[in-house]
Amino acid sequence: MATIQPIAGELEPHPDVALVARVREGDVSAYDALVRKYERQVFRIAQHITQNREDAEDVMQDAFLKAYEKLDQFQGNSKFYTWLVRIAVNESLMRLRKRRTGKMVSIDEDIETDEGSVPRDLADWAPDPEQNYNQAELAEILRKTIQGLPQGFRIVFVLRDVEGLSTEETATTLGLSIPAVKSRLLRARLQLRERLSRYFRRKRGVEK
Amino acid sequence: MTCTEFLALLDDLIDDSVSAETRAELQTHLSGCDHCKVTLDTTRKTIEIYRSHEIYDLPTGLRERLHAAIMARCKKGC
Repeated sequence: MATIQPIAGELEPHPDVALVARVREGDVSAYDALVRKYERQVFRIAQHITQNREDAEDVMQDAFLKAYEKLDQFQGNSKFYTWLVRIAVNESLMRLRKRRTGKMVSIDEDIETDEGSVPRDLADWAPDPEQNYNQAELAEILRKTIQGLPQGFRIVFVLRDVEGLSTEETATTLGLSIPAVKSRLLRARLQLRERLSRYFRRKRGVEK
Repeated sequence: MTCTEFLALLDDLIDDSVSAETRAELQTHLSGCDHCKVTLDTTRKTIEIYRSHEIYDLPTGLRERLHAAIMARCKKGC
């Protein structure tokens, strides 16, 4: 099995720095380049948080417009990408609040659970288990499984493991402490693993 | 090392942020514990699957609508 490597930090000036500078000088095409680069990530984050396609579309548009308008406030001491992600997360949470008409929405809700803190289902998985499903089936399994996670775990997993933010960046983005991010990440990973085992476990005698 | 101690370091192992010494201890535990080996392998696989599969497709035309909205905003004041 391939080892999952953490995403390395950049040592040279990030290419976004030049693009941001061009946008500030009035070059809109440079902003188009930033949009193209990050539209998928922003849409995914919005979709994971709002769990609603229309909301995610609106969030994506609002987040990029807001980032464009507020570019003067971007300090440059963080990466443009993490700054943009923070805007997208805030826009997504605002959208959720609107939809739930005033009910408080926070990333702290629904996390009082011990599920997954100790692995129970210890069946090994089939080799390359995803190959037992076609693309559409697999996407549905992955969507259903991650949607079942408590919101506060899901966001941490998405930012940290799917979108490649560091633990520190995830903590800053969500206003959480580093120990809180670490604890949620572990439980998110274990809960997802446990839930996916239902689909991916090695089946005795009927291995494809 | 107990399984509970192993589990507490699972994320650090996956994220490659353990010292060589701790790594050696974890490897020793793994070599004698199928339980933790399965947990490690399938947790790694879980992350890899979510990283490598696009589960939400970008709607067609969204980029164009966004571009138009930015251009409209731009005309007002940039």
